[in-house]
Amino acid sequence: MSSLAAVARPGGAVRGSTLVRSLGLVIGLAVVLVLVTDALGSYQQLQLAQGAYYFAALAGLTVLIGLSGKISLGHGAFMAVGAYTVMLLVGQGWALLPAVAAAAIVSAAIGIPVGIAASRLEGPYLAGATLAFAVGLPALADRFPSLLGGANGLTINPPAVPSFLGANVSLEQWQAWIGCAGALVALFGLYNLVHSGVGRSLRATRDDEIAAALCGLDVARQQTLAFVVSASCAGLAGGLYAAVLNLASPGAFPLTLSLSLLTGVVVGGLGSLAGAAWGAAILVLLPSWTNSLAHSLSLGTNAQGNLPFAIYGLVLIGLMLAWPSGIQGGLGALMRYMSNKRRRG
Amino acid sequence: MTKFIDLTLSGVSSGAIYAAVALALVLIWRATRIVNFAQGAMLMITTYIGSELITSTGSYVIGFLAALAGGLVLGAVVERALMRPVENKPELNAVIVTLGLYTFLVALAGIIWGDTPRPFPAAFSILGYDVGGTHVLFAPNDTFIVLVVVALAIGLGALFRFTDFGLRLRAAAFNSEVAELLGVRVGRMFTAGWGLAALTGAIAGVLVAPSVFLSPNSFDPILISGFVAAVLGGLDSPPGALVGAAVLGLVLSYVGGYEGTELVPMAALVVLVIVLLIRPTGLFPVSKGRRV
Repeated sequence: MSSLAAVARPGGAVRGSTLVRSLGLVIGLAVVLVLVTDALGSYQQLQLAQGAYYFAALAGLTVLIGLSGKISLGHGAFMAVGAYTVMLLVGQGWALLPAVAAAAIVSAAIGIPVGIAASRLEGPYLAGATLAFAVGLPALADRFPSLLGGANGLTINPPAVPSFLGANVSLEQWQAWIGCAGALVALFGLYNLVHSGVGRSLRATRDDEIAAALCGLDVARQQTLAFVVSASCAGLAGGLYAAVLNLASPGAFPLTLSLSLLTGVVVGGLGSLAGAAWGAAILVLLPSWTNSLAHSLSLGTNAQGNLPFAIYGLVLIGLMLAWPSGIQGGLGALMRYMSNKRRRG
Repeated sequence: MTKFIDLTLSGVSSGAIYAAVALALVLIWRATRIVNFAQGAMLMITTYIGSELITSTGSYVIGFLAALAGGLVLGAVVERALMRPVENKPELNAVIVTLGLYTFLVALAGIIWGDTPRPFPAAFSILGYDVGGTHVLFAPNDTFIVLVVVALAIGLGALFRFTDFGLRLRAAAFNSEVAELLGVRVGRMFTAGWGLAALTGAIAGVLVAPSVFLSPNSFDPILISGFVAAVLGGLDSPPGALVGAAVLGLVLSYVGGYEGTELVPMAALVVLVIVLLIRPTGLFPVSKGRRV
């Protein structure tokens, strides 16, 4: 992950066109991830797959919030859209790959009206509207139980490991690969977007809407575009969720999921793709660590079940107070401090 | 027709609860420009405090007052200890701190009091008034709820409008630098604003607890409705919060009664989107200078 942090910084050591750099980054990471999954146990492979779909959602959200300045508390709902799309299409006999691609497209399509509305709203009003979206949309599953399965949701069979891979590749490893492949697609697309003219226009709009408008940029259109891109990434993440966990239900996409996504983005480091990777690691590993910590202490049932969340909350508060610019920002400051110290001798 | 009246009355009663939560959020927003997602968890803690005291002393009034006092202290401590360091940082940092506090307080309540819901006594009878032989969906306790919230709103309005302390609170919220120059202790005003807000939330918690029961997560839906109501009204405007809460309470009650409860969250979204698309800063926006 630290190699990602080093390479993903714009103007880093690797020169050349953005396309070449991003291809190199993605291929390099793919090789590393294939090697890594071989060494992991099946539980860790599942965690890697989870981290991968979280990364896809977080990377899209960090581009939205960090680059366009628009906030969303509703990206969990786009994940739900993606997951339900995969469920319905695979149920119709589609293969997994086109179904996941369709999940990203359907979410993007729903992101268009939401994004147009979002481009008109500011700060807490946008937060309120997207929050209502996060709560309202998954509730639709209860309204159409015959199509969407009601509160129980929908399930599909786990994806079959292709026969040419032989018996060496387990189901968990295959799912980890699916998740990572999706995450890398998101990384590739977003990396190129961020380092393109569109990314520059977005940053200009974020920093000063009026100046950007005077330069001829269509502010509302830029912001809508950012929203659609991030919605599409969240839909992709939801599709990967469906591919990894093979289920979609309203309870799987509660408001807390949307709030966790926001948390991951800010704690990782806002506006940075490497920060999204840190955020995904936090979202997957921190609950698992606090859980095993609570289990290692012998406590009553009330304490055992709740202690992980208490620690999780405290860690969030502590991280925000200690590192206001997130993990990636904190690491950056640390690196600068170290190199300054070295230069002074 | 009876159904319509029933739904209207229950909408007024739930609207009053949303109003109290919305007022708490508006007070904090005005003072420190923070949306306090921990509000639901803070009022849950104070309601547990009230519940403990009602059980041990047998007096509803003592429990009620203890919850209010708990809210005042909790709000002030949270502002001073957790929010002060992030007040001048990027605004999302404060949001994440309130989310962390929410997670922590809910877990803490689970550790101390357990996750099993427990009943909470109502101040008055919850059996509906007898009108012409049928019980309507509005009980003496609902009258109590509405009266307390109206009194709260009038009290807060008078505090802000007619007292020196209220003037200082408004000055600190309106322009903290100028207020500081004129001798207002802005930091203390922020602490006081959070305390007042948490007290308002504590009232909402005690009022709604009899109908939702008391558990670490039982106030989450009310926080969401309160937030939607506050946004509807315009986060800067306490009267707006009251109107927004009344509108939301009535609409959600009608939708739930006529169309089915599963549509209620969607209805909140639809109302909010319609209002915000027409008026992007709520029903009662505070007029801003035209930006050039």
